[in-house]
Amino acid sequence: MRTLQIDFMGKRKIALVVSISLLLVAMLSLATRGLNQGLDFTGGSLLEVGFSQEVDPEDVRGYLESTGFNNGTVQYFGTNRDLLIRMPPQRAADRSGLGDEIFAALQSEYPEIALRQSNYVGPAVGDELTEDGGLALLTALIVVMIYILFRFTKQFSVGAVVALTHDVVIVLGLFSIFQWTFDLTVLAALLAVIGYSLNDTIVVSDRIRENFRKLRKTSPVETINTSLNQTLGRTLVTSLTTLFVLLALLFAGGEVIRGFATALSIGVLVGTYSSIYVAATMLLAMNITREDLLVPEPDNDDNPDGSYP
Amino acid sequence: MAELPPNGTPLLGVPRRSSAPLNSFALWQYLLIFAVVLIGLTYAAPNVFQPDPAIQIRALDQRAVQGAASDAANQAVLARMQTLLSEAGIALKGADLQGDSVILRVDSDEAQLQAQEVATAALNANGLNYVVALASASTTPQWLQNLGGEPMSLGLDLFGGSHFLLQVNMDEYLERVVNNTAESMRDTLIDARIRFTPRRNWVVGQAIEIAFRDETSRDDARAALTDFQDFELSVRDVDDSPGLRFTLTNEKVRALEDRAISQNLTSLRNRVNELGVSEPQVQRLGRERIVVDLPGIQDSARAKEILNKFANLEFRLEALPNARRSQIETYPYNGRDQEIMRRNIVTGNNVQDAKQSYDPETGQPQVNIELDNDGGRRMNAVTKDNVGRAMAILFIEQRPGVRKTTVNGEVVEEFYTEEDRRLISVATIQSALGFSFRITGLGLREAQDLALLLRAGALAAPMYIVEERTVGAQLGDENIQRGWQSVGIGFVLVLIFMIFYYRLFGLAANIALTTNLVLLVAIMSVLGATLTLPGIAGIVLTVGMAVDANVLIFSRIREELHNHPPQRAIQAGFDRALLTITDANVTTFFVAIILLSIGSGPVRGFAVTLAVGIVTSMFTAILVTRALVNLMFGGRKLESLKI
Repeated sequence: MRTLQIDFMGKRKIALVVSISLLLVAMLSLATRGLNQGLDFTGGSLLEVGFSQEVDPEDVRGYLESTGFNNGTVQYFGTNRDLLIRMPPQRAADRSGLGDEIFAALQSEYPEIALRQSNYVGPAVGDELTEDGGLALLTALIVVMIYILFRFTKQFSVGAVVALTHDVVIVLGLFSIFQWTFDLTVLAALLAVIGYSLNDTIVVSDRIRENFRKLRKTSPVETINTSLNQTLGRTLVTSLTTLFVLLALLFAGGEVIRGFATALSIGVLVGTYSSIYVAATMLLAMNITREDLLVPEPDNDDNPDGSYP
Repeated sequence: MAELPPNGTPLLGVPRRSSAPLNSFALWQYLLIFAVVLIGLTYAAPNVFQPDPAIQIRALDQRAVQGAASDAANQAVLARMQTLLSEAGIALKGADLQGDSVILRVDSDEAQLQAQEVATAALNANGLNYVVALASASTTPQWLQNLGGEPMSLGLDLFGGSHFLLQVNMDEYLERVVNNTAESMRDTLIDARIRFTPRRNWVVGQAIEIAFRDETSRDDARAALTDFQDFELSVRDVDDSPGLRFTLTNEKVRALEDRAISQNLTSLRNRVNELGVSEPQVQRLGRERIVVDLPGIQDSARAKEILNKFANLEFRLEALPNARRSQIETYPYNGRDQEIMRRNIVTGNNVQDAKQSYDPETGQPQVNIELDNDGGRRMNAVTKDNVGRAMAILFIEQRPGVRKTTVNGEVVEEFYTEEDRRLISVATIQSALGFSFRITGLGLREAQDLALLLRAGALAAPMYIVEERTVGAQLGDENIQRGWQSVGIGFVLVLIFMIFYYRLFGLAANIALTTNLVLLVAIMSVLGATLTLPGIAGIVLTVGMAVDANVLIFSRIREELHNHPPQRAIQAGFDRALLTITDANVTTFFVAIILLSIGSGPVRGFAVTLAVGIVTSMFTAILVTRALVNLMFGGRKLESLKI
């Protein structure tokens, strides 16, 4: 069997520069452009209307403005016969009925249309969802940190959390740069990215720990390199199979699931990279040594030197 | 050869006898795995049977006929519908009674809509008597149903329908409770001729304060007001005179809120029952919210109108010339001011049944009302003593609104209720009235809504829609189709890749992956989980990630082949990978649980499948694959291993 010996850690300075630049760009965009938040977080009304033939969003917008529905955005959704109409909350009272009014108004102009979906989110609910979403991300990171601290050491724990944060920020940054709509499903995708990237990071960490215990005479850099090479095949195969299904979702899943599939696909790519570079680089940065890993495991690891008699 | 790792590897809780050859399971272990897979197949099976489009017919007045009588009535409806539908040229696939409903199966969506039209026209020709809802009837074979097998229910995004989140305005409700209580306390004191000091406002925050001239009146009042159990009484001076203070304690507030919510739930259930939806769901969410799910609803705008609408009636006597000012209210009626008493004889809350119909003489819409025992007795007692005096009927309608106000420089929304009160009739009492009578003077729509709302019971507290998600039936169909299509494509891609990359081991992994999908669907079905589009995304993701465990094991076996003979390498691969797999899956499981507990709606659907998927993939990727690998390679002499 082929044994790869790629000097991953030798290139860690380059990776560091890449990661930091990506993070800076992402954060800059998040700070200046922000996220294109979906209805779930901003509140307002949203309608998806199906037309029987091709339609120009500008015409529809013009018509809506002429009937008094201002500030709306009208855009294609999936096909050029489907329009997505978004309205910020307009009048003070009875806003949940706004979607119905808009649809009724449209129907008098375009009798053939069909209502595909209609959503209304009150501002209070939007704020709650934003808050809950942020809370969910934070809780996930903290729980992960505690679990890894318990199962591994604090270096691994910090490494994993830095890697996960790195992935989440970069995905968020891309959503900000391209102004893709950030809604609840994208948030779910972000949490799934945490789950996925964590999976990768743990597999790699597990091997690094094992090798630190087994290989006594090598330097930490070599040990980590060996571990990364040993797990590389698995890392790539799993990323590949996951990407297969995500691409299937992206291209066959339809418009509703597109944001989710996009976020997760990017997350898997970035997560694969970060499990190789970010987490391991953090270990070296925190001067991990063999001695750190020789503490007896709380759960009485049954096979400490990783080999069989 | 039979040497074992230090601890004897009781891995996965599967003990291996030390005399057994490497990589073999005992027969019972194979059988156990096979049994689990078989059970999984059984409970996943119902999802294969596509439900029939159907219409569900339910009599509105369930009180009137029950048990055997209701069955007989439904049989009659069923027979009648069979004739009508065959006359209309609609083929019936089946017709049966389920609970209190008649279910008629047809073979296409168009036939379903036609059948609904025919049924509505025939059954509701004179007033609304039946709910005719579009439904989907299970085609799961009887023997599977007997085993408890049911398909997963489809979420609104796949089935089409509306989801509403309603916020109950508790502040307004409590304010109203306190004000009403103050009014009744005042009435009680006046009736008991207990003198109190007139004060402009009795209500102070959530408390009622009453001042008295002297302590004797106060003590009398205290005795007279013992019925007001919701309030905590304290004796203290008010405005420097002896007084009583009634406060709502937190505990009482909580109890009042619970009572309000449960009354609102009951009323909402009754309302949505008449909307023509086969399985409406109305549930409390948290302290002051209610979720209403209406799968397959055709007219969501109408649903919205009905949900938070408040309409009620009050029957009051005309004011006598000598009545005190404080006991009178004035409303315009027929171009003049009509003075009526402040006190009600009966309100809509005492209505037992209400039906909209037409006045046989004038053809005008009317509402036939039947009072409950309490209401009927009161109505009879009051009208008996007041023959010749006029009785007024006050129609009250409330509309929720939202306005922005500035509090501490911050713009906040405030919910408020606009109230419309108007007299719809003032008529002289000819003779003592009883339990049932009719009301005219309303438009058709008003009469219909009033009848529905009186029947359903009033809302205790006002509510506002804070979230709505409506998905059209067509988009729902597309979502299902696309969802399964992407599961299929992703699944096949993974299968091909695994075979190509791992050969025989890949085949084992593929069988395990298929089993995983079956078990996932089976568990979701048994749990009664709802499948949503994000849920399907979760399944897709599970497919992609579930092979990870196998990939880990296989890569490990490849490595171990450097140092060990094939059989030993297989064993070492499985054993060493287990720890890693567990660590990785446990953390992902945590993330799924966090998603489940914090997330709402779409996020939860995804989290459920992700969590269940992790559990099933642990089982299949480790045990099922192991069993297959053991069957393929175990106990044989292997010179080399292709992996």
